[in-house]
Amino acid sequence: MGNKLEIFPVTRVEGHGKVTIYLNEDGKVEKTFFHVTQIRGFEKFCEGRVFWEMPVMTQRACGICPVSHHLASAKATDKILGVEIPPTAKKLRELMHMGQLVQSHSLHFFHLASPDLLLGMDADPKIRNVIGIIEKYPDLAIRGVKLRKYGQEVIRTLAGKRIHPRFAIPGGVNKGLTVQERDSLLKDIDWVIDSLKDTVRLIRNLAIEWGEKFRKFASFPSFYMGLVDSNGNLDLYHGKIRLCDHRGRIIDEFSEDEYLNKIGEWVEPWSYMKFPFYKEFGYPEGSYRVGPLARINCCDDISTPLAKEELKLFREMIGDRVAEGSLFYHYARMIEALHSAERLKELLEDPDITGTELQVVSRDFKPEGVGILEAPRGTLIHHYKVNENGEIIKANLVVATVHNNHAMNKAVELVAKEYIRGPEIKEGFLNMLEVAIRCYDPCLSCATHAIGKMPLQVVIYDAEGNKIKELVKGS
Amino acid sequence: MAKVRVATTWLECCSGCHMSMLDLDEKLVELASKIEFDASPITDIKEFHPVDVGIVEGAVGNEEQLEVLKKIRENSKILVALGDCACFGGIPAMRNFFKKEEVLKRVYVETESTVNPEKVIPHEDVPKLFPSVKAIDQFVKVDVYVPGCPPDPKAIEYALRELLEGKIPVLPPELLSYE
Repeated sequence: MGNKLEIFPVTRVEGHGKVTIYLNEDGKVEKTFFHVTQIRGFEKFCEGRVFWEMPVMTQRACGICPVSHHLASAKATDKILGVEIPPTAKKLRELMHMGQLVQSHSLHFFHLASPDLLLGMDADPKIRNVIGIIEKYPDLAIRGVKLRKYGQEVIRTLAGKRIHPRFAIPGGVNKGLTVQERDSLLKDIDWVIDSLKDTVRLIRNLAIEWGEKFRKFASFPSFYMGLVDSNGNLDLYHGKIRLCDHRGRIIDEFSEDEYLNKIGEWVEPWSYMKFPFYKEFGYPEGSYRVGPLARINCCDDISTPLAKEELKLFREMIGDRVAEGSLFYHYARMIEALHSAERLKELLEDPDITGTELQVVSRDFKPEGVGILEAPRGTLIHHYKVNENGEIIKANLVVATVHNNHAMNKAVELVAKEYIRGPEIKEGFLNMLEVAIRCYDPCLSCATHAIGKMPLQVVIYDAEGNKIKELVKGS
Repeated sequence: MAKVRVATTWLECCSGCHMSMLDLDEKLVELASKIEFDASPITDIKEFHPVDVGIVEGAVGNEEQLEVLKKIRENSKILVALGDCACFGGIPAMRNFFKKEEVLKRVYVETESTVNPEKVIPHEDVPKLFPSVKAIDQFVKVDVYVPGCPPDPKAIEYALRELLEGKIPVLPPELLSYE
């Protein structure tokens, strides 16, 4: 072992983490680790609570995408009741989910990722943040703020609260949508759709402008996982889990109830975040990616017209069925945001959406239930077992960001090997490592439902393991 | 007028309070002209420097969080506990009903999807867990409490505006929300 570098904390991602880099005797990068440094223990402390508390409790895993946990949890509790929820309740839940995808994807692009993309990866760290974007691109910053606001308002309209809503309950939802509320949400939807279409074009033009740099950044073959509907279209709310390979060939399709036969989570001693893999291929060979790029790679097509067109252009541009470069995540994320906004409009215009049949009641508890959906960052699974009183005996959460753990480690390693030569490192290069991580928009809070935090500091260790240099990013 | 310098951090939490801060929407853009952010999860400044206001989201559950908390306290004239976790311990403190070892074992060994033949519990280069999760005022002095899970953006705005005027905010009852 040569030198060791550490980056702590990694910033402009949601949660807690650090990066360590080991250099060999020649000062070349030997190994890299992306550590997640928090664990909270939801899978333990939910035990003994009644299952109808889960949608409210488990969403505290994450303040960025609480709705994902809220709804995946509610779906698991529906199964414990053993009921199909009414069409209106189903559509209202999906509406809330689409609102969240708009807000979360916008937040990531505008507040967290755009400073790297628009101000430059090696811009002065003092301005390389959302405030810098506000100062340099005020119109764009306002657009980002308004898009997030719209998505959050969808959630607030349904639940009275933007973050940690109480809306979905076992067997349905606790409130309907009035005609006035629907109309007020419809008022701005066309603006939202247009703005997101413009944003897809913005990132598209950036990809064209950067050319090879964009395409090759942290690019590697992997498997991809995402939900698709019965026609193989992108579906962010329900469907079958599809796994495809780096050429886009379908390896497997399965339902959430089969997840334990298909997915395992490996544990490494140096991170509080586990490493999921496809069991048939073992770890690490069976590592896969999830989230926007994985879903765009997995799906045959998209059902809504504008996003469908953008997907076609995307595939023409990459000249392939599958895109492998990590920066394409940003592009895919905006195509999804556009699709979510279009889907939002479809749902708002559906006569069922203002229906009044909101809940199905059952007193007959099934022993377990699995709920699944596509959170903004990837496939999310909630699995509960209960006793006859409805108390949780076991809870297991497989969280979106966790699936990407191996991919983020891989991306960091590739970028480090590409840009780092010896212990003298420019801050801009350090930021490159974070840019690689940021592509995946990791929600480390979620991921460490078991813990999470990301800032970046580089510590360098020499061949004997002595700390010879410490370099803090952006200090 | 000189900008007010603000640092923020998140400890044992879900980031929801920081998100609620972003839920000030357009007002955030207006406030950005009066505030200079130092170290914060939304900036790329990693080290704390002396600031007027330090804002802490989250409770303390491991050694690294305690270190960060002490650093932000040393560097802040006024320290704000933002949200229920920082103020009282919140949901993360539910882990206190269980032994630390039980929690780790469940998460890393027993969970149905975990494949861990060696029964490895993460321990290299990751911070050690404390046996229990505590509110931040169990470790450092707190000047302002803004409770809520998360606090409503209006409450955060009120507190920030008072602080910008050099006052210690006292939240009116309608901005205090408990769930």
